[in-house]
Amino acid sequence: MFETFRIKAQAVGAEVHRAATGAAALDLVLAVLGREGVGEAPGERAVWCEGPILGPLVDREALVRRFPGLSFDVTREQSAGSRVGITEFDWALAATGTVAQDATDPRKRLASMLPETHVAVFPAARMLPDLDALLERIDPTKSRYIACVTGPSRTADIERVLTIGVHGPKKLVLIAVDGEMGVA
Amino acid sequence: MPVTELKDRISGALQDGTMGGALGRFNDAYLISRAKAYEGIDFEALRDQLVGLKGRAAAHLDELAEQFEEAATQAGAKVFRTADIAEAKAYLARLCKENGVQRIAKSKSMMTEEMHLNAFLAEQGIEVAETDLGEWIVQLAGQRPSHMVMPAIHLSKEQVAGIFSREVKAELAPDIPELVAVARRELRQKFLAADMGITGANVAVAETGTLVVVTNEGNARLVSTLPRIQVAVVGVEKLVERLADVGPILKALPRSATGQLLTSYVSMFTGPAPGADGQPKELHIILVDNRRSHMAADPRFAQALRCIRCASCVNVCPVYRLLGGHVFGGVYTGGIGAILAAWFDAMKASKDIQSLCIQCGACIPVCPTRIDIPDLIVELRRRLAAEEGHSFLQRAALKVVNDRRVFHGLLRAASKAQKPFAKKGMIRHLPFFLSGMTEHRSLPAIADVPFRDRFREIAQPAKTTEKAAFYAGCLIDFAYPDVGEAVVKVLNTAAVQVTFPEAQTCCGAPARYSGAFDVAAQNARDNVKALEDPEVRWVVSACPTCTVALRHELAATLRSEGQEDWAERADKLAHKVRDFSSLVKELVDAGRLSVEAAEGLPAVTYHDSCHLKRKLQAHEPPRALLGAAGFEIKEMRDSDVCCGMGGSYSLKFPEISAPILARKLENVKATGVGTVAMDCPGCMLQIGGGLDLAGSPAKVRHVAELIADKVRPSAGK
Ligand code: SF4
Ligand code: SF4
Repeated sequence: MFETFRIKAQAVGAEVHRAATGAAALDLVLAVLGREGVGEAPGERAVWCEGPILGPLVDREALVRRFPGLSFDVTREQSAGSRVGITEFDWALAATGTVAQDATDPRKRLASMLPETHVAVFPAARMLPDLDALLERIDPTKSRYIACVTGPSRTADIERVLTIGVHGPKKLVLIAVDGEMGVA
Repeated sequence: MPVTELKDRISGALQDGTMGGALGRFNDAYLISRAKAYEGIDFEALRDQLVGLKGRAAAHLDELAEQFEEAATQAGAKVFRTADIAEAKAYLARLCKENGVQRIAKSKSMMTEEMHLNAFLAEQGIEVAETDLGEWIVQLAGQRPSHMVMPAIHLSKEQVAGIFSREVKAELAPDIPELVAVARRELRQKFLAADMGITGANVAVAETGTLVVVTNEGNARLVSTLPRIQVAVVGVEKLVERLADVGPILKALPRSATGQLLTSYVSMFTGPAPGADGQPKELHIILVDNRRSHMAADPRFAQALRCIRCASCVNVCPVYRLLGGHVFGGVYTGGIGAILAAWFDAMKASKDIQSLCIQCGACIPVCPTRIDIPDLIVELRRRLAAEEGHSFLQRAALKVVNDRRVFHGLLRAASKAQKPFAKKGMIRHLPFFLSGMTEHRSLPAIADVPFRDRFREIAQPAKTTEKAAFYAGCLIDFAYPDVGEAVVKVLNTAAVQVTFPEAQTCCGAPARYSGAFDVAAQNARDNVKALEDPEVRWVVSACPTCTVALRHELAATLRSEGQEDWAERADKLAHKVRDFSSLVKELVDAGRLSVEAAEGLPAVTYHDSCHLKRKLQAHEPPRALLGAAGFEIKEMRDSDVCCGMGGSYSLKFPEISAPILARKLENVKATGVGTVAMDCPGCMLQIGGGLDLAGSPAKVRHVAELIADKVRPSAGK
């Protein structure tokens, strides 16, 4: 299923990685922060909405020293001024290359929609075949805001020309993490 | 709206080059990406599912609305249900006032378009920003969306650059990524500054009170998260019973709308989620009926409530492609727009829009919820005619075609009066009331002797067991008697005796398609009487429009007029009706007839007539017969796209018919062949006339004519 996921997600312009461990995933995230030139100036910052996968591995102080524009305090202002947003997702849907999360916590939404680059980390073990399977699993009375993300933000509203990154992220980096961690 | 105004709007749209250009380019790309998106999916099974679940929902609108209200309220939302858009507006105005709302960011909601909400809020002094890029463009341009999925498809990048330049007060280049970046920057401020966010919903789930919203840009996510108050304005037709019903809808909607497997974002809200500051916020759901319940109670039109607004019907529509959604559409565009306008707005509002449908049926096979748009449009015409009646002249014209002798005489007289112009069997200019007929094509000369009189001279095989009644239809009878003779020859070769019931009259299509059901019903009764000979095994026609009428429409027309016993007789007749190519293929397959391939025949191209392809599903038989006869078929591009004839449509809207025909002629020309084969005398008239007027050496031939001298009685018999 992962290969189908990879093909479908890449077809819509997402960057797809698979990490054998949480530590390897963390390295991939840090590489993105470096690559995107995260810095202190408004618009260059990064917000990190911690979750169960990488949360336990993160040494906040060390990371903020390394990337001075990085913040773990996900507010609307921080997110709006950030170049990179990092969040964790709960499921992936192979058929469409989608990641899905219970985004009731608004910080997850802020960090995943306002920055230009969105890094989504998810457990490889929570791969579902498709949206139908997700609908069977979720309980909307508990998950008030379910968000499914398939590729970066796009539009074709001017002359039908596909253009990436209209309101949401221009880049979507997907990192599947193997192992048992974070599987709630 | 008076006819002249409609005509003005048509010519305005035709002169606007961007419309045809952008829409034409889009159509080709759309068909490819749609096909690719549906790879590996059983479209018919998906349609069954959608028809089932949307149909069930439409049948229980009130119950589902109640259930939804309960579940959403339970989840903490405030639900306001109303039948009336004025009340919905008042609710919103009050909400804005109570909460000191000054700025609103909106993501797409068709219901708010129906309500003309933006204008209303502007009157209250509230600033509203549409945030879907296309919607924002049309908002800034002071226009309305011309497409349900791509609201600004009618505008070029140069026009968008002009619109944005005015907004940001700087000169912008017509560079699309640059323009999108400007929109991102400008609208980001609007999202952040808004006090209220308004969305629509693509699905509303009754059992859980969940709203599902799809977007590609991500604007609904921002609109539903950033402002302190969240509102969703939703039509009740979005309701479904269960959460699982969301699956099939989201399988079809993105694939049909844009050829995507899934949109970039799918958001599902159930009650209010905490706001951007982590504090609880309000979610108001305004659930509007606006005559949907009336529609649900109408046995004919309830099916239109299944529509999921994917716009694939619009994307394949030749008339839409030409005119765009400002002319062919209301709040909702294209044929479905005409139908919805009749209900959500007023019957009268649909009058002009529906008249533009050429009845080609191209929208039927693509609709994921199997709505028969052309059929519903005919029903609209029937009701409009019943309300307003036809003009005396229209009725006189419809009546004239019923009396075959009189009609033939009239056409003869008309064509005789033009003798000097009738050259090589074509008429290039017709006099008086028929003059509109020859503006964009020549007409075939009217035969001196109609087929009905020629038929008497053809000796019929006496000792055969089987009889077929030939139904000629007016064009074969009066203009193409050679086609009729070819049909008889082929059937006789298969040892089928052919009869020509003299009392047959017009098939009723012209009357039915213009909504004059009483005239069509008279036609139907006359034809049932003329054709219901128990000794006849088949009723065969070489005109697909007549075949469809005899096979599918007589009974329907009679039932609409409440004539059940006649309808039952028409049902019995319908079973015997065959189109020429299908019947001949049947005879060949049964070993009754063989087609011998001749050597050295020229290549031909084949034009699929709308009715034959989509109503009779006879795409393969004519090709098989031509192939067996030794013709190589060089397929033209878009062989099954309408030629623009549409019966009297080409007389009513020659300015629309002509460019549709021009496309067809281009596609014919590109094949480089000298013969265009087809099964429909109406298409022969249109395409043949177009070729003649363009001075093309290419000729049109009916399949019957092309194979008549290549059939032999089967040796195996
Ligand atoms: S029948 Fe043809 S003209 Fe009418 S709405 Fe459908 S596609 Fe358009
Ligand atoms: S009528 Fe059918 S094809 Fe047209 S928008 Fe509605 S669902 Fe789509």
